Amino acid sequence: MTELKAMDDLKVIVFELMNKEYVIPVSQVQSIEKMMHITRVPRTPSFVKGVINLRGVVTPIIDLRERFNLQASEANEQSRMIMIKLEDMEVGLIVDAANDVLDIPLSAIEPQPEVVGSIESEFIGGVAKLERRLLVMLQLEKVLNPIKQVI
Amino acid sequence: MEMSQYLEMFIEESKEHLQACNENLLELEKNPSDLRIVNEIFRSAHTLKGMSATMGYEDTADLTHKMENVLDAIRNEKIVVSTAILDVVFTAVDHLEAMVMDIASGGTGKRDVSATVKDLNAIEKGELAVVDTAEIAATIVEKTNQHSFLTYDEFELTVISQSHEQGFNTYEISVSLREDCLLKAARVFMVFELLEKMGDVIKSSPSVDQLESEQFDTQFHVSLVTNEPADDVQKKLMKVSEVVEVVVHSVTIEQLQSRNNASPVVENENQSQSTSSSNNVAVAQNATNAPTKGVQAGNKTIRVNIERLDILMNLFEELVIDRGRLQSISSELNHSELDETVERMTRISGDLQTIILTMRMVQVETVFNRFPKMVRQLARDLNKKINLEIIGAETELDRTVIDEIGDPLVHLIRNALDHGVERPEIRVANGKPEEGTVVLRAYHSGNHVFIELEDDGAGINRDKVLNKAISKGIVTSEMAATMTDKQVFELIMASGFSTADTISDVSGRGVGLDVVKSTIESLGGFITIDSTEGKGSLFSIQLPLTLSIISVMLVEIEEEMFAIPLSSIIETAIIRSTDILNAHNQKVIDFRGKVVPLVFLDDVFSVPRDEQSDEEFLSVVIVRKGDKMAGLVVDSFVGQQEIVLKSLGNYLSSVFAISGATILGNGKVALIVDCNALIK
Repeated sequence: MTELKAMDDLKVIVFELMNKEYVIPVSQVQSIEKMMHITRVPRTPSFVKGVINLRGVVTPIIDLRERFNLQASEANEQSRMIMIKLEDMEVGLIVDAANDVLDIPLSAIEPQPEVVGSIESEFIGGVAKLERRLLVMLQLEKVLNPIKQVI
Repeated sequence: MEMSQYLEMFIEESKEHLQACNENLLELEKNPSDLRIVNEIFRSAHTLKGMSATMGYEDTADLTHKMENVLDAIRNEKIVVSTAILDVVFTAVDHLEAMVMDIASGGTGKRDVSATVKDLNAIEKGELAVVDTAEIAATIVEKTNQHSFLTYDEFELTVISQSHEQGFNTYEISVSLREDCLLKAARVFMVFELLEKMGDVIKSSPSVDQLESEQFDTQFHVSLVTNEPADDVQKKLMKVSEVVEVVVHSVTIEQLQSRNNASPVVENENQSQSTSSSNNVAVAQNATNAPTKGVQAGNKTIRVNIERLDILMNLFEELVIDRGRLQSISSELNHSELDETVERMTRISGDLQTIILTMRMVQVETVFNRFPKMVRQLARDLNKKINLEIIGAETELDRTVIDEIGDPLVHLIRNALDHGVERPEIRVANGKPEEGTVVLRAYHSGNHVFIELEDDGAGINRDKVLNKAISKGIVTSEMAATMTDKQVFELIMASGFSTADTISDVSGRGVGLDVVKSTIESLGGFITIDSTEGKGSLFSIQLPLTLSIISVMLVEIEEEMFAIPLSSIIETAIIRSTDILNAHNQKVIDFRGKVVPLVFLDDVFSVPRDEQSDEEFLSVVIVRKGDKMAGLVVDSFVGQQEIVLKSLGNYLSSVFAISGATILGNGKVALIVDCNALIK
């Protein structure tokens, strides 16, 4: 049974951004950190907040609000950095809050959303409807990729 | 016997022997008549054959054996060394290298070498057919090779000859035990007991003492005087359990006597020379006179897996970070005993760092030694005559640098051979020696290592380079007019630039030199080009000794901390703001008679400032790149520190004027300023 479940369900981390809920597959998440001192890196796009010392590894941090061109906000007690690893890149994402781990049945995921609000649809891989919640699945490759050309 | 534990050693040693083969083959090509070199090659090949046979890599052993036959024929002057023959031998060595690489990466070492084997056979046979009488001699030599494990002194020879007169036979017997034989001494004892029953054992190799204390591998040799037929001897010995092979050879006294006068190498290969004949003494002297690798074996070294050294280095880096933390804590606490301890610790860890760094030092030879063969091949492909001189191959560099420097050097050498050195006929027409010389030089200077590649070829044509650069849109014609020669030469390393009129296989795809430049710069080094048209060019690469731990000067701008590598700092200065001059919209200062442009780091790095302050004094760090200087204006100097260089991660792969980051004592990240990017 458990194996079947693993096949059918996608384990995800749920986080909040501008009162919306987004998800990233747990397999791409390394850890979730509280806010800490960020060293600014000059001459990078504004959404790159800088780098942190994550247990001896210098890790870049991206503010997801600014990445999505949302209204910027000050970090508060709820703010978290989700450390993700994609291929050979390790990056931290600043989010408003990270509050849940969920198993989403694959069947609940709908591929291309029609209405995605203010976020550019290119970052979105799908939408999952779960009871009353609407979870937006991020495509991390898209979120992280363009910067290589920007710099 | 479990072989896997020896596999690593086998691979390492095979590589060494193959390298030795390569080097000596090149040497042989220059001095085809020097048989000492052939002996060296033969020895390497022989060891390789033995090792691979033991490890069960039949193909490798087989090919080495074929190669050995050819070498043997050369050694015995049956074949005259020629380029064609060497080519085949080189190919064989190439195949062997590929096999060893295959084994190293977990393969079986199998490879289709039938063509090379055929060539080797052809060389061997072709010559032997011509020299008919030599054939017999060659077979004898071969025999001697395989069974020459025994040499006899005069007394023993007398015994043998006397027993011959009485109708006894002399046999040389090779006994091989099973590889997993546990009680070798016991088996030896049983074999000897049998032998003593049949006749007299004249001699054994290794000596009886060594055999009884199991100081041999799996095979030993005895000579027996007996009146029993050879077959019987063999069958009886095979009865002893765990004996896998018994080879019995009948020998005559003439053979034995002639063997004692045989070539010294055969005897050299014999590992146990227990006899004290005058002949052997001569051999021993020979061995000490010959510049063999035996001399190097005198150094006490151990092989350490490079990964372990890397782990050690990483651990030490952590320690350095914590040391920094301790230092900052102790300076806050102002506790004298703590201060003392921290100071001691700093000193000790400094020593430790030196040792770890020197442990990771590798001679550039490891990179250079593949070039002679490459140059030989390239020169032949290009129909040019080129002599490669290597100077300072013993210069040491950090392994991380060594790993990276190989490819750029290959590019540069290819470039020098293809574009630099002219064809022989052109060289002669220009009054130069037919053979071009390419010098590869490495040396230490201060905290840097210089690697230079100098050729006496055509040099760089300034106008040709400029025209090309203008047509490719790399520079404008206005810019071109004001450029110095050095700047022009550097254009050939711009991306998308290739001056060769025709694209060749060797170089000229326009991807080479810009990659070279960026690789070297990513290592924290520089490359400069000097050239005189018609006389030749000099490519000079400056590299840091090590990459991972560097000394920096920490500076502060507002709340932010930056690290400037000490290697690029000339000095620091406090200047009056009234001393700043304006020249072409650029703020400059007059520093010791030189005009030094100022770079305001707060502007460059757009550091957020609360208010624009007009300080009377400015703190300036004077840095240099080559012979150019710049003054970096900062808020204050914090101090000098050893830091561990870390990358910004793959996401931020190329940030302007930042070469990396480090973690400070307080756990925060400080960025390392790349002065090279700031100096135009």
